[in-house]
Amino acid sequence: MSNFSVGFRTNNHIQILDLKGELDAHTASELEAALQKCQDDEHNLIVVNGENLQYISSAGLGVFMAYIEEVREQGGDIKIAALQPKVYNVFDLLGFPMLFDIVNTEEEAVHKFESASEA
Amino acid sequence: MSRSVHTLSIPSSTSHLAEVRSFVEAYAREAAFTDDAIESFKIAVDEACTNIIKHAYQGDSSHKIDLAVIIEDERFTVRIRDEGRAFKLHGYSRPDIFHLAKGRRAGGLGVHIMRQLMDVVEYHTRGNVNEVTLVKLRNGTSSAVQGGEPTSQDDGEP
Repeated sequence: MSNFSVGFRTNNHIQILDLKGELDAHTASELEAALQKCQDDEHNLIVVNGENLQYISSAGLGVFMAYIEEVREQGGDIKIAALQPKVYNVFDLLGFPMLFDIVNTEEEAVHKFESASEA
Repeated sequence: MSRSVHTLSIPSSTSHLAEVRSFVEAYAREAAFTDDAIESFKIAVDEACTNIIKHAYQGDSSHKIDLAVIIEDERFTVRIRDEGRAFKLHGYSRPDIFHLAKGRRAGGLGVHIMRQLMDVVEYHTRGNVNEVTLVKLRNGTSSAVQGGEPTSQDDGEP
């Protein structure tokens, strides 16, 4: 039984992924499938809502890393929002705040995409 | 000085990683470590087991991994043994996440996380048994989860 799930929502043209549970080497393939689905559907403005993400290991971080360049080359981004402090700490250990746009709330991430499209 | 040892044996499959984390968490909690320290143990042990499953056993789930949690007054030790391919630490260097992202590669991060989170990370191979030892001192000078830089020791000799 998997203790991780990805929920899909859209906010206008922005794809929001709700992560829930524990993201490790066993469940990383589900995040990979979700990001691949975004690619297949040509959704490249992606907000990952980590409010209900309880745990992440390097296997989960690696999935974000494997997709970020491709999404950015298509003019999009993966913005990561609402991480719990213990999960943010793991992102921080590897220097991910340098590579990813990590913000406090989903609203902030959505606003950043909307501001960029108006500019 | 008190010392207690708790053991767990799991098949070499990622489907058992959650069980490993629960096992480590239960004894660390019983030993009254802080929440930050407990998170560090869970991640470090998860990373070590993931490396064994993926690299030592090459994804073959028919093998086993033996874990022992050793709780002493001043330290929390997790010893993990496998009989797969020996891990060579010689080639290890801090991962460059920008370089990895450019190459759309997703690996090589686990060892770095272990070294950041634990006070000691040691690899040994004796005969056909590989052993990784992870140690966190109870009153260590730093907690890496909060951004400190603990010292690491490693022995990459196969």
